[in-house]
Amino acid sequence: MTAVLSDAAGSGAGAPPPAVSANQITKRFGATTALSDVSLTVRPGETHALVGRNGAGKSTLVSVLTGLQRADEGTVSFGGEPAPAPSDRDGWRRRVACVYQRSTIIPTLSVAENLFLNRQAGFGVIRWGSVRRRAASLLEEYGVAVDPGALAGDLNVEQRQLVEIARALSVGARFIILDEPTARLDATAIERLFTRMRALSAAGVTMLFISHHLREVYEVCDTVTVLRDARWVLTEPVSAVGHDALVSAMTGEAVGLTSVAPRSVPSSAAAALTLSGLTLAGAYTGIDLSVRAGEIVGVTGSGSSGKVSLAETVGGLRRADGGTVSVGSAPVGAGVPAALRAGIGLVPEDRHREGLVPLLSVAENATLPIADRLGPAGVVVPRRRAAVAAEMVRKYDIRTESPHAPVSSLSGGNAQKVVLARALSTDPKVLVLINPTAGVDVRSKESLLGAVRAAADGGTGVLMISDELDDLRHCDRVLVMFHGRITATLAHGWDDAQVVAAVEGVDDDGGAAAGEGGSRAGKGVSAEGAES
Amino acid sequence: MSGTTTAPVATPDAPAARRLRGPRLARMRDLALVPAIIVLVLVGALIDPVFLSSANIINVLQQQTELSLLVLAEAIILIGGRFDLSLESTVGLAPALAVALVIPAASNGLGTEWSAALAIPICLLVGVAIGAFNGMLILRFGLSAFIVTLGMLIVLRGLQIGITGGQNLFELPSSVLYLGNAVWLGLPASIWICAVLFAIGIAVLGWFRHGRAVYAIGGNRDAARAAGIRADRVIFVVFIVGGLLAALAGLLMTGRLGSVASAQGNGMIFTVFAAAVIGGVSMEGGKGTLFGALCGVVVLGLINNILTLAGVSAQWIQAIYGLIILVALMLARVTTGKAQD
Repeated sequence: MTAVLSDAAGSGAGAPPPAVSANQITKRFGATTALSDVSLTVRPGETHALVGRNGAGKSTLVSVLTGLQRADEGTVSFGGEPAPAPSDRDGWRRRVACVYQRSTIIPTLSVAENLFLNRQAGFGVIRWGSVRRRAASLLEEYGVAVDPGALAGDLNVEQRQLVEIARALSVGARFIILDEPTARLDATAIERLFTRMRALSAAGVTMLFISHHLREVYEVCDTVTVLRDARWVLTEPVSAVGHDALVSAMTGEAVGLTSVAPRSVPSSAAAALTLSGLTLAGAYTGIDLSVRAGEIVGVTGSGSSGKVSLAETVGGLRRADGGTVSVGSAPVGAGVPAALRAGIGLVPEDRHREGLVPLLSVAENATLPIADRLGPAGVVVPRRRAAVAAEMVRKYDIRTESPHAPVSSLSGGNAQKVVLARALSTDPKVLVLINPTAGVDVRSKESLLGAVRAAADGGTGVLMISDELDDLRHCDRVLVMFHGRITATLAHGWDDAQVVAAVEGVDDDGGAAAGEGGSRAGKGVSAEGAES
Repeated sequence: MSGTTTAPVATPDAPAARRLRGPRLARMRDLALVPAIIVLVLVGALIDPVFLSSANIINVLQQQTELSLLVLAEAIILIGGRFDLSLESTVGLAPALAVALVIPAASNGLGTEWSAALAIPICLLVGVAIGAFNGMLILRFGLSAFIVTLGMLIVLRGLQIGITGGQNLFELPSSVLYLGNAVWLGLPASIWICAVLFAIGIAVLGWFRHGRAVYAIGGNRDAARAAGIRADRVIFVVFIVGGLLAALAGLLMTGRLGSVASAQGNGMIFTVFAAAVIGGVSMEGGKGTLFGALCGVVVLGLINNILTLAGVSAQWIQAIYGLIILVALMLARVTTGKAQD
């Protein structure tokens, strides 16, 4: 298989040894096989994408490559030399660094100390002045505009990632694994990350890039490897594999994800949700917005646009300073109970923090808001709850052992389906979704969006806040927010460049950012063009 | 990402001269209690002129030495992200066992009558052993620190009662009495010991790699391990240091009071936690400084002294003391602006 791989990667004779090479790795956890005979070769200096659905084995491969777990079979080598012993953490850290999905920054310590953690000094006294100077020059070297004296917990996601990347490089690693670095960044931050990745790549740093967004793979990666069900499926130069081929390699069947059937909402439909003059200091100002019954309205914008705060206000998690939210013609009071009573269902931004109670069962999580309907006088009749939950599991295609399994045992996509099922369990008149497909695999994305459309077809007004163009494609119209105001409304049939330009806050026909956004979107379009 | 803030894309480098030396943000929190201490001193001086006399001040400080050693131990353990409730029982058991092994059976000893010179080493060794046992149960067997040390609190107290037959031990060897009574350079030895130990603790946690590792582990254990810190080993040592400091506190208390009471240390742990939290040490780990914890001890000691001087009746002093702790916590919440979990 290795031979096939290096052919596919196009390396000629006499090429330098691969930066990293995993040979026929097998890893089992009890009865589950997490990796089965998987090989991966990354050439020096290339940016290699690793894609696959949740549970395909990406995380396990990462932990084998970083030495955190030992493969049951197979070997790992770096630059032609065998990997260090499992106990030699320093050896591993010099060869490979990983920016994990979960931040490995210590929020209570300063940036400088995080950068030089456990190597502030030898056994002697730490000279903080020197640590901070070294940190400042390190940050400057990699162009990271962060005060080394700042508390790491005060950094935003983007800055933390940059600090982690700088730290990885400062240890001497020239091979970096980026595990879904874009999952929690907004569009402009992603663009900045990509610019930086290209610069690092030009400087000879080898990267393994993991993402759920195939568009990003086309944008920054040279080679792509697909894993499916713990097995290697393909390794190809990115330019040689089309969007649909990639999706079908991931899912094992041909699907057309990006083709969205148009839907129609009668213009006579009554307004389901009306916002008038809604204002929250520091977040958004004077928002007027109306969603008709059965309509899907998308809202997008950068991280600072206030779109998430707006959705959280509608869902009752925040209290506006001024203006009103009405469902039908009745105004809605503040607070989640009032919002639920008025018929607003919310899929919150962070399913782990606000969405689910991890140790409770799927059934219990999904029926939390309707517990009072499952029996008389506040009693929850287990049989009725099980019946309702089983129906939800069927309807939303939740892959779980049983409705009684703890929700923490579900993959990200299926956990998100539970959140959606719960939001829809009350038959809401209005459904508010915040980044509903973040960190979710392609298949789950499809069924989540399908369920949203089904709800809309049933007459629910949908307000979908998202950064994902794939999500927004399902919307009947898309509103773009910029610095707390709605600055653009795009009717169905917009092209990607329009959205990106509006999100960046530049006109479609001018400005460097628009050009960059356009080129980014252009790649996406051409990738999709191959399928249609 | 709450969607309300964004980072400056590129801020010019802040001038290096603006930066203070030392862990800057920690210093700000450190000084938070200093105004409170000044106010308390002023209040005390107004209530009773005796308050500012050196005899009273020395008395206040000496009474707080045992508490402050426990706070030192607990603060380090809390910063490392763990818990130890059993410290207060160690305060009683360690000196009780050491004394019982050296005094004759007629004085409620165990009858072994080992050399009196061994009393102090035994006392400290008992502390080390208790810390190591706590650490082993918590780290090796993965048990909850709260429950393990709660169990140990009860077990150790029970051991002390069992060993001493529930009696107070009076006939103590002079070596055991020495540290709690000696006066060095005009100040009680216990104050010197506390000052030196706090200075060492502050230096190690502020300026040494292994001390910073405690912060890293408490702040984010996985990240600390990823950075090559041997987290379990560091925390194990921290528990041992905690036990050792508690045993030393027990020794000072025994010397000061001239006996080992069967309930020695009983109930102290609540004051220990109050002092640590008032002093800005987070119960979640990774946050707080030893200087802050020391300020917490001083604040509680001053309040106690002022209440006594103000002639508050002994029956009410406990309720008022508790109330003041709650108020102090609320003030700390308001001034730091962070929720205390």
